[in-house]
Amino acid sequence: MTPDINELNREMKDVEQAVAEALDYAGKLGSSAVECAISRSRGINVGTRLGEVETVEFNQDGALGITLYRGQHKGSSSTTDLTPAAIRAAVEKANDIARYTSADPHAGLAPAELMATDIPDLDLCHPADQSAEFALEQALQCERHALKQDERIVNSDGAGYSSHVGYRVYGNSHGFLAGYLQSRHSLSCALIARSGEAMQRDYSYTVGRRREELWTPEQVAEDAAQSTLARLDSRKIATAKVPVLFRADVANSLFGHLVSAISGGNLYRKSSFLLDHLGKQVLPEWLTISERPHLRGGLASSPFDQEGVATQARDIVADGVLQTYLLTSYSARKMDMQPTGHAGGIHNWEVTHQDKSLQQLCKEMGTGLLVTELMGQGVNMVNGDYSRGAAGFWVEQGEIQYPVEEITIAGNLKEMLCNIVAIGNDVDLRHGVRTGSVLVESLRIAGT
Amino acid sequence: MSSKLQSNQQLNQQVEANLLHQHELDIDALQQSLQSIYSGAIDFADIYLQSSVNESWVLEDGIVKDGSFHIESGLGVRAIHGEKTGFAYADAITPAALRQASAAARGIANDGAQATMQALQVRSQSERYQPLNPLPSLDEAAKIDLLREIDAFARSLDPRVVEVIASISGSYDEILVAATDGTLASDIRPLVRVNCTVLVEQNGRRERGSSGGGARVGYSYFSDPINELPRWQTYAKEAVRQALVNLDAREAPAGTMPVILGAGWPGVLLHEAVGHGLEGDFNRKGASAYAGKIGEMVASEHCTIVDDGTLSNLRGSLSVDDEGTPAGYNVLIEKGRLVGYMQDKLNARLMGVEPTGNGRRESYAHLPMPRMTNTYMLAGEHDPADIISSVKKGIYAPHFSGGQVDITSGKFVFSASEAYLIEDGRITAPVKGATLIGNGPDAMAQVSMVGNDLELDSGIGVCGKDGQSLPVGVGQPTLKLDALTVGGTA
Repeated sequence: MTPDINELNREMKDVEQAVAEALDYAGKLGSSAVECAISRSRGINVGTRLGEVETVEFNQDGALGITLYRGQHKGSSSTTDLTPAAIRAAVEKANDIARYTSADPHAGLAPAELMATDIPDLDLCHPADQSAEFALEQALQCERHALKQDERIVNSDGAGYSSHVGYRVYGNSHGFLAGYLQSRHSLSCALIARSGEAMQRDYSYTVGRRREELWTPEQVAEDAAQSTLARLDSRKIATAKVPVLFRADVANSLFGHLVSAISGGNLYRKSSFLLDHLGKQVLPEWLTISERPHLRGGLASSPFDQEGVATQARDIVADGVLQTYLLTSYSARKMDMQPTGHAGGIHNWEVTHQDKSLQQLCKEMGTGLLVTELMGQGVNMVNGDYSRGAAGFWVEQGEIQYPVEEITIAGNLKEMLCNIVAIGNDVDLRHGVRTGSVLVESLRIAGT
Repeated sequence: MSSKLQSNQQLNQQVEANLLHQHELDIDALQQSLQSIYSGAIDFADIYLQSSVNESWVLEDGIVKDGSFHIESGLGVRAIHGEKTGFAYADAITPAALRQASAAARGIANDGAQATMQALQVRSQSERYQPLNPLPSLDEAAKIDLLREIDAFARSLDPRVVEVIASISGSYDEILVAATDGTLASDIRPLVRVNCTVLVEQNGRRERGSSGGGARVGYSYFSDPINELPRWQTYAKEAVRQALVNLDAREAPAGTMPVILGAGWPGVLLHEAVGHGLEGDFNRKGASAYAGKIGEMVASEHCTIVDDGTLSNLRGSLSVDDEGTPAGYNVLIEKGRLVGYMQDKLNARLMGVEPTGNGRRESYAHLPMPRMTNTYMLAGEHDPADIISSVKKGIYAPHFSGGQVDITSGKFVFSASEAYLIEDGRITAPVKGATLIGNGPDAMAQVSMVGNDLELDSGIGVCGKDGQSLPVGVGQPTLKLDALTVGGTA
């Protein structure tokens, strides 16, 4: 039940042919430029709960997206039906739409000279057993182990295992046509613990392109159990202004907001709190963020972006100074700059860290809040105002005192990013942004 | 509630032709597939067929830069044994795809004795919206003209408007569901949406405002007059108004204080603080803060909260849910007392109750779950002005951007996008957006005054659960919570 990589490669070649035909057909309809992508994936997703099988889902997903230009007029369409007739219909629909949209001087493909010329093998596809038996055993083993951890764990929200393989093919009328295979496997477990009347839920997960690099079911179980139990008997705290330590698994969200703030779409719309900050200080001087798109087996690795632009290793922020915006070809033209290979997002950011454990960071903080959960969308990208629900732990003199919940933390992102005091060595490798825990100088906490 | 009842004992012939006959399938083929799955070891199985198209057009910088069109069709087969569900789907509707998906789904249980399923039969259902395709209800040139008009109108309202993004989108969904319990149902679901976002600038300070709406109707809805203005103009005016208010907003207070929520969209409070916690799956599993509390007081006596999928043409309304159960008017909390959960077939059966018409799925490629439709609180007796004047110091929040909830602990957040200080019973200065946080049952116990001004939202809600997105509605009258934590910076 393990997908055969040669077969996947053959299938991807057929899909490349389908993309080539779509591009060709668009040309025949009189388009001046066209781009087309097809991605497909298949696999299994299972869930267990309280030692029993809950769901077995066989997934197979695919979609084609086409964007076509008649001069500077753009039309787009997409379909999940990948039969030749449906693909032709999608091309025709995009062509029709381009008859109605306005001429946009900035519309078009990315420049031909930026297309990826050789496609490095980034080692992104490692198929694994996709049988229901194997998948269920992973989840059952994890959940069984979790439920044994402590008698206060009274319920389970289930364990899940998933394994998928697939590919992405992209081509455009510059003559670019390439694809690559990829895989993704994950195991997760969510638990419910009780103390008196109050229940708490938490979870853990592991994810990777190779099944072998996943944590063991026991590791996931123990991590989930520990997190859930630690939340029991949470309290509210008084409204205050204190330093805040974002644990690594939530700290990446701070850099996620940075991604939005330096993305072309928000910049040319003047909807970012970091307008005109290229070459300026946006983080403390000791902090550098490097992007590594060609990291072998990386979760966010990619040889080219969604417009075929070659991705390249670079510093995003060096010594606290912003080195580049994140631009698609459209936003680049709007801003009179060059595309940066970020159509579709970022590729493995590595954030500087210091040689400090989470415990040492707590010591450095002294008295303050360790945040382990953030809730809600209270971020205003236009002005950087930040106000989100939070849960975590109250820390005094460097020691965790008790769990905290039902509070908010608020500040302004521009200041928060500049006021990062330290970053730990507890780097979370499960995200596109790889960072350790982040200590921020001072934020407003609203509680009782 | 106000929808006309129609006896409709036949499948919609158009749906039957599009989803079955065009693909060399018919009702007999569905019956045979279901029968092949149904055995002593399978309690229930269903087949869901779907075809949908949607379009969207976006204006920005004064021009319509992009239009897009998406088409999707497929089938999903589900087999249930006890609490176990086997599920497979295909992005093509063919006899072979139906066979393969059926075989994969039934793998959830070992063979048992053959049992005979109920014969498929169409039952009567009430139509909550017209079975129309909104996409051709306006020609392409007119859709583009509408966007241009919104742009020009928004810019004409105030010189501080520096950017307008206007969008129009519509979708048309045909579904057909057949199940071993004899269910055979079809539905045609139109949905349209218009939105206007503006950016205003004054002395270097920029703020954004956004407004819009939609319903299960054709595009002419947006030209209908509201107080003598075409509806789309009300969206543009509202977006500009919100953005200008925020230009003057000062820092919001931090701490626990009285909070008054406006009527309509702030009903997102109920969606997060109450609604999700009352979905059957979380309660069957004992994972909800509301589990096992039927009959208990879970809100103040002023609160009666319903989930109502029967309202005509609303975004969250359904003629039948995705399991073929007619949508219902379900009372969840009556005068503070918990009286019912929202159920799909699986959870209803396991909890020994009836399905409530809340079994929904994002598409054929997703499993149904108990989900909300339109969730709102019934009107109370207070004049909204009296509610405001009852607060010495607190905040008034008439607009929100969204929320989130932890079902198990009951903690929820929702983020105000427009808010004001209340000082000595009067609304005074606008304050910046802030997140409000509380615990569902505790917060609902704090509701001390309910207005007489029940409003439903304008048709903008999207609810996410387990990675599945669905259109929903919310609503409420103006209401006062004596204490809620406000996440400001001041």
